[in-house]
Amino acid sequence: MKIKSLVISTATALSVATMAMADRGSDGHLNIIYWQAPSILNPYLSGGTKDLESSSMIIEPLARYDEGGNLVPWLVDTIPTVDNGGVSSDLKSITWKLSAGLKWSDGSDVTAHDVVFTANYCMDPAGGCAQLNKLADVENVEAVDDLTVKVTFGVPKPFPYGPFVGSEQPIIQKAQFADCMGAKAPECTEQNFGPIGTGPFRVTEFKANDVISMEANPMYRDPAKPSFATVTFKGGGDAAAAARTVLETGEFDYAWNLQIDPAILSDMEAAGKGTVTSSFGTAVERLMVNLSNPDPALGDKRSTLAGGPHPFLTDAAVRRALSLAIDRGILTEVGYGAAGKPTCNVVPGPAIYVSTANDECLVQDIAKANNVLEAAGWKRGSDGVRSKDGVRLSILYQTSTNAVRQDTQAFIKQWWSEIGVETELKNISASVFFGGDQSSPDTYQKHFSDIEMYTNIFSGTDPEAYMGSWVCSEMPTPENNWLGNNMPRYCNAEYDALVAELAGTANIDDRARIVITLNDMLMQEGAMIPLIHRGRVSAFANSLGGVRQNTWDSELWNVADWHRK
Amino acid sequence: MLKYTIRRLIFTIPVLLFISLVIFLLLDLSPGDPTAQLPMTVPPEIREHIRQALGLGEPMYWRYLMWCNQFFIIEPLNIIEQAWGISIGDGANRTRVMSWSTRSPVVDLIIERTPQTLWVVGMSYIVGIIIAIPIGVISAYKQYSWFDQTGTFISMVGFSVPTFFTGVLLIVIFSTLVPTDSIFWLPSIYDTTHKVTDWDSFIFQIRQIIMPVFVLGLYNASQISRFMRASMLDNLSLDYVRTARAKGMRERVVLLVHVLRNSLIPVVTVLALNIPHVFGGAIITEQVFKVNGLGALLILGIEGADIPLVQTLTFIFAILIVFFNLIADVLYGILDPRIRYD
Repeated sequence: MKIKSLVISTATALSVATMAMADRGSDGHLNIIYWQAPSILNPYLSGGTKDLESSSMIIEPLARYDEGGNLVPWLVDTIPTVDNGGVSSDLKSITWKLSAGLKWSDGSDVTAHDVVFTANYCMDPAGGCAQLNKLADVENVEAVDDLTVKVTFGVPKPFPYGPFVGSEQPIIQKAQFADCMGAKAPECTEQNFGPIGTGPFRVTEFKANDVISMEANPMYRDPAKPSFATVTFKGGGDAAAAARTVLETGEFDYAWNLQIDPAILSDMEAAGKGTVTSSFGTAVERLMVNLSNPDPALGDKRSTLAGGPHPFLTDAAVRRALSLAIDRGILTEVGYGAAGKPTCNVVPGPAIYVSTANDECLVQDIAKANNVLEAAGWKRGSDGVRSKDGVRLSILYQTSTNAVRQDTQAFIKQWWSEIGVETELKNISASVFFGGDQSSPDTYQKHFSDIEMYTNIFSGTDPEAYMGSWVCSEMPTPENNWLGNNMPRYCNAEYDALVAELAGTANIDDRARIVITLNDMLMQEGAMIPLIHRGRVSAFANSLGGVRQNTWDSELWNVADWHRK
Repeated sequence: MLKYTIRRLIFTIPVLLFISLVIFLLLDLSPGDPTAQLPMTVPPEIREHIRQALGLGEPMYWRYLMWCNQFFIIEPLNIIEQAWGISIGDGANRTRVMSWSTRSPVVDLIIERTPQTLWVVGMSYIVGIIIAIPIGVISAYKQYSWFDQTGTFISMVGFSVPTFFTGVLLIVIFSTLVPTDSIFWLPSIYDTTHKVTDWDSFIFQIRQIIMPVFVLGLYNASQISRFMRASMLDNLSLDYVRTARAKGMRERVVLLVHVLRNSLIPVVTVLALNIPHVFGGAIITEQVFKVNGLGALLILGIEGADIPLVQTLTFIFAILIVFFNLIADVLYGILDPRIRYD
């Protein structure tokens, strides 16, 4: 009897074991390639997307966004809201409760003190923390008990999910980083290159700008995950080579950010070894109009409001004609393929914030553009260029050095010449254009041109901070060292008032309505001419399962769920 | 000879200091900015904050002197400490030259990258020499024969066709078209974490090196074989060759013992002058095969306006070039008894 029951129970146990899901480490090795190699694994000392994404496999925030842009709890059990009492009714504080039993990869417990330390680490004035803006308005972060953190803001925050949410705000271990506060932060190379985390993997070797070797974290909260035992995260080369290694040679399982000619990408996909996936976030390639005068004759007053308004771009008819003349469909097809969609709004997503009032621009209409200009009094001269009262429609159009951008410039120059606008094209090295060097006249803040083109983006799903870029006080001027976000020099008291109203509005539908109004104001008053809603294109091997490409957070957000099919 | 060498060595010090100043000024005055590569979500005030934290707020001469102090005093101290295991002064608190993009000591980055650069570029240099010298010798000896014409043609092709073309062509043939399980399949990405511990891992290392070494080796061999051929032709027409043959020496001895040795003198000095380029890495080939060596590091630093990294790297190259220049001159004096310095 005893033997029989023993045999039966063993047999049952064995059959249950074979039915179990893949265990931790059962799928062997994972190869990831990011053609921009990670330089540091500490997101607080770097803003580079590659660094945020690679570190997201090791260190994690309290909550993050999924591929639909929804907030999901990560190291907590529930997202605090006003309804469940996690957010105070005056919107000035939010309380996070950590899940029980969380451990760091070195075996110690995760406590609220680590969260408090993380906030203080980034808020230290001497640290040069790159993610400080996500902790804006934070007055105090305290540990109510070992598992509860309370964040207090100085002003009411309708959207309090800035601190500790998303791949830019992971929790770091207080014990590991204790000696790395303030000015010492960059000197802690060992910590920066091998942070101890709660994520599915931990670092075994880090070669900066080259390769990261990782292994499964034995203390990870789900004992059956991750499926992969080891990971090689390689960096370097270019996007086309990265695509080739996944789609053609099969050496790698996942490649990120494949900004290459769409025709080449589809040829590679036809080989049948991998799948290309694209996903859209908030990136919009747009033409920034200069509403001030960039004439070099103005000297120090160049491109400031003090120098006077722009001679012709302040005319709504001119801006409308310039926008109508552009065929965004062709620009998308030639330059972006599956990674782009034409757009007429500066806020292209999430869906509740998207306006439909500006969609006239989606269809190119050269005839209408010409009529608009004629009706406004801009007559063609003998050289084909329109002018009025001695002002010629001659545009200096600048952007960064990039093959796709130069193609776009060439197309737009051609279309604008058909409506009687003369264009001079200029391109500047990206490290100069996007740098803030005070001594260079070619930065995008100085905007010493009529029109400049680049892509801007906002992180997370809430556009409040983003819409705040175009208030009057954000204009880059010589007085504030050209540090500002309002490149078009757009200044409208009504806009500023609405932005202030948005900061105090809690109801999501009201917020959406205000954002749409703000977006429409910017479009109709011509601060910018949006062109393309850009997505991210990545590729993964067909043998890899569980990939859910996410542009609202790190693309590797759910790497714990990845497995071999 | 000794006096000459010592005089040259003393003279290199002001030369190197001057070079370091020129490099520093060039980098500092150029308009790039280390925060340019941060994504747009980082607002301008934070960027300014970061710039200050990197030390960009200090005046130029102060930053130059800081770098000189870090490079000439602190780094050698660190190296001495590590090599001999001793401790001089307060080791932990010394500020070392830090890269702005990785926030880690520049010297560590360089040491990390040197193995793959030496493996790939160094090996291709040696392979290039081994291939080129026999080809040069035979081409010169049998001038205008079919061997010479073919050699000339291949040299022209190897020299003119850019490495990014030959590299990608080889990848397309050996990584994409050849099936993965075949013995001829070669990996297109260099694995820098691979350690050679036994025969199998050695074979794997050879397999991942073949393509980049071939691409670069072809390029090097083209140059060297032409040079070797020209030098041999110069010597073959000289009188002592006729004398040697008249004395009854075998053709092989005449060629390989007498003519080759004399022809090698200028070739060896050129080879010595080109050695610093090995450390500079072959930037294009490194990019194509993702070898991530010193050349790629330099380009990364230049694009990211990472001044400490670029400065330290270019200065190390300057030291190597000046040093190998001296070695080439001394070697020339040693190999050729007709040369006398002083």
